[in-house]
Amino acid sequence: MARNVTTGRKIGTTILAWFVGLVIFFPILWTFLTSFKTELQAISIPPVFVGFDWTLENYRTIQTQSNYFHFMANSIYLSLGSTALGLIFAIPAAWAMAFSPTKRTKDVLLWMLSTKMLPAVGVLIPIYLLFVRFGLLDSRLGLIVVLFLINLPIIVWMLYTYFKEIPGEILEAARMDGASLGKEITQVLAPMAVPGIASTILLNVILSWNEAFWTLNLTTSNAAPLTAFIASFSSPQGNFYAKLSAASMLAIAPILIVGWFSQKQLVRGLTFGAVK
Amino acid sequence: MATLHTKSAARAMMAPAVIVLLIWMIVPLAMTLYFSTLNYTLYNPISTPFIGFENYSYFLTDPTFLAALANTLILVLGVLAITVIGGILIALLLDQEFYGVNIVRLLVIAPFFVMPTVAALVWKNMMMNPVYGVIGQLLQAVGLAPIDWMTEVPLLSIVIIVAWQWLPFATLILLTALQSLSADQKEAAEMDGAGALSIFWYITLPHMSRAITVVILIQTIFLLSIYAEILVTTQGGPGSQSTNITYLVAQQATSYGDIGAASAGGIVAVVLANIVAIFLVRLIGKNLDA
Repeated sequence: MARNVTTGRKIGTTILAWFVGLVIFFPILWTFLTSFKTELQAISIPPVFVGFDWTLENYRTIQTQSNYFHFMANSIYLSLGSTALGLIFAIPAAWAMAFSPTKRTKDVLLWMLSTKMLPAVGVLIPIYLLFVRFGLLDSRLGLIVVLFLINLPIIVWMLYTYFKEIPGEILEAARMDGASLGKEITQVLAPMAVPGIASTILLNVILSWNEAFWTLNLTTSNAAPLTAFIASFSSPQGNFYAKLSAASMLAIAPILIVGWFSQKQLVRGLTFGAVK
Repeated sequence: MATLHTKSAARAMMAPAVIVLLIWMIVPLAMTLYFSTLNYTLYNPISTPFIGFENYSYFLTDPTFLAALANTLILVLGVLAITVIGGILIALLLDQEFYGVNIVRLLVIAPFFVMPTVAALVWKNMMMNPVYGVIGQLLQAVGLAPIDWMTEVPLLSIVIIVAWQWLPFATLILLTALQSLSADQKEAAEMDGAGALSIFWYITLPHMSRAITVVILIQTIFLLSIYAEILVTTQGGPGSQSTNITYLVAQQATSYGDIGAASAGGIVAVVLANIVAIFLVRLIGKNLDA
């Protein structure tokens, strides 16, 4: 039975909740608005909110002057590449752990989790030196491998919690009917596993897109993704707020939209299934 | 159910993931451990004599290390305090009935998807700049002096930026936990005459306790490794006022080329993170049995 909430209270809650929501969202909203201002309007005192001449000039400048698409393409390569690699390794592993568990399955899962807790600085130096040695510094391939490895535990865990929910009886029935391992996977498991795999892809793309330790330390220009492109705005020259805003919006908009669609999976993936 | 055949198949399927992670964990860590015992700088990479624990004693007695350790703790605890308390309050608010609940939810979780470099630069320039920043203008509008955030209170500035990024995570997880609390239980307590505050204290909060623990542990893992937010705002300064351990170690390697000291620092960071990790792994392991 739904609790009765008086209209007065509901309106009060509405005002408070929207206020809190807008305060938290404000920096993003402000960046969005600033990206359509001229540089002078962007630093006008007092600030103008919406009553300015909206312009697309900054977006044009970003694309023509800064090779923006190069960084964007790298972000796409890195996040999709590391995710694809992750799935190739994680799907069989998670499948095995979910459907043929042994006494050691739990230990393996927890051990995988513990590798995620290894701080990046603990391995930065050897990785950096190895990258120099093998010419992988500032290469997409090298970074794809690193991003794949740091996110692999999360992918395995997430897939494992999803696969675990697929009833084992269905697989048993398929086995009784003499289905081969290949058929078992492609015809029985795959259709039921697709939603879980899709959620895993979304979360992993978000994490790789926003990763900002390895991407900043192992790239200079060739393989640099958007995180590094934005970091180049940290030494400002002249008026740059409007351009910074336009670049920022282009960098966060795709992932913000993906993120909004995957809020629920986010909880599950990032807590390793501890909160669903 | 698992036959011998499926067992060996299962092992073969797990092997690739296990092996790559094993290599990823052991090889670099062993190298870091090895480098940490050498007098190894990028200026003289040919001669790298063994010097035992000297890098550790150098790193651990460096006043910058103690400052960085203190800063790391302040950063982690400050962000945890803001996000956990703020997260509980906002989760309670979002759990109420109101108009546009789905839109407000989207607004609240949005900062989590903003990449660290964007979050830090937007806050540094457009929010916290003493002249043009929104906060400075608001302060002036009510007759207060604007603050030069990045030089006057650098560590607090970074705490605020990082807390803004992680508040959505805490809120989302606590809200998920809150929504699994049955309304019946609350109603029963209400009928017994319990006030809103005692319902929160004796029913809601205990129900959320596990989710709160998870939030604290997972955030701590990530907060110990804050890097980009410092790099693009204060660069650890002024002096070492906003340098954390991660930033210090990266700086030892990239700016000073001191591979030995940086490796020792990396190992110290690993030990610190492990202390937290042990608790987290235990907690999640318990959950796995349930």
